[in-house]
Amino acid sequence: MHEAALCSALLEQVARVAREQDAARVVRVRVRIGPLAGVEPELLARAYAVGRIGTVAEEASLEIELATVRVRCRACGREGAASPQQLCCGSCGSADTQLLAGDDLLLTQVELVARLH
Amino acid sequence: MCTECGCSHRSGPAIRVDGQPLARDGLRRVVDLGLPLSAANDAEAARVRAHLDAHGLRAVNLMSAPGSGKTALLEATAGRLAGRLRLGVIEGDLATDRDAERLRRHGLPAIQVTTGNACHLDATMVHAALHALPLAELDLVVIENVGNLVCPAAFEVGAHASVALLSMPEGDDKPAKYPQLFRMADLVVITKADLAMACADFAVDRATRYLRGIGSHAPVIVLSARSGAGLDAWVDWLAEQRGGRRASAQRTP
Repeated sequence: MHEAALCSALLEQVARVAREQDAARVVRVRVRIGPLAGVEPELLARAYAVGRIGTVAEEASLEIELATVRVRCRACGREGAASPQQLCCGSCGSADTQLLAGDDLLLTQVELVARLH
Repeated sequence: MCTECGCSHRSGPAIRVDGQPLARDGLRRVVDLGLPLSAANDAEAARVRAHLDAHGLRAVNLMSAPGSGKTALLEATAGRLAGRLRLGVIEGDLATDRDAERLRRHGLPAIQVTTGNACHLDATMVHAALHALPLAELDLVVIENVGNLVCPAAFEVGAHASVALLSMPEGDDKPAKYPQLFRMADLVVITKADLAMACADFAVDRATRYLRGIGSHAPVIVLSARSGAGLDAWVDWLAEQRGGRRASAQRTP
């Protein structure tokens, strides 16, 4: 939910990085979204297509990297994949797990074109 | 003029990056980052926590579906606090100040935040409301979030602990259906236990199993604001939240 608000937050961060890097424009934005982040990638992409207009990222493509859920089992110590509906350990079945990855909602990379001086 | 390619770029020879020629309007650069998109609200939440810490206070984020009994629970709680705990409430709703009014009638300082169309409280709204509460006269702040099992889970409000309510008429599978919200709760309270006979399908042990299945170790308290059953355990848990002590309520295995 709130993909539009998240998109605004994303574009603000991209604009800030572009300013810090003294970029003329942004050509590519990459985000990583995990299934437990509460965000629908498709909805974020749709919000982005419109939201980027008028910003320094107006022509920037959006790459969405889908993260996977990974847990560490506190009972047997094994690390492995899991799913949002089933966070138990894949090895011993214990529900006593610690989330290592899967709720990611990160701006991971921007590709910029530097400003000429 | 550049001596390498004859362009008007003043800064010297053409630069090649990974074999790519200089782009027509400048150098392409890839910047690696790891910025959470929630950074702005997270930073505000940290400021809320700092504000509370400065007053020696902690805050509890109370979440549930609409109508699970958050306000009713706080009304019932008000009568059991005398001399033990001074509670202040930040009340979140889309519209009306009915809930804050109800709490004030029960003697609790309460500040209403009407969010308009926002379906959750965020740290900015909570920070503004904090300034209107008489913090020097309180021991604990409860943030009663907007009734919603989806959105509040995604927005830090600056609380030190979270509580999720689940009323018996809602059905015992809600933890499985709304894992993000229930998983973040430090305590799960099953409300409207006075309706247990009418809600024959609701099984506390099944709700607890669903909760454990999403990776939650939170204790479960079963209560009825109407009858008063189970309220002592809830008030004990609240009292333990002040001053940084962790909850020690009995865990349902």
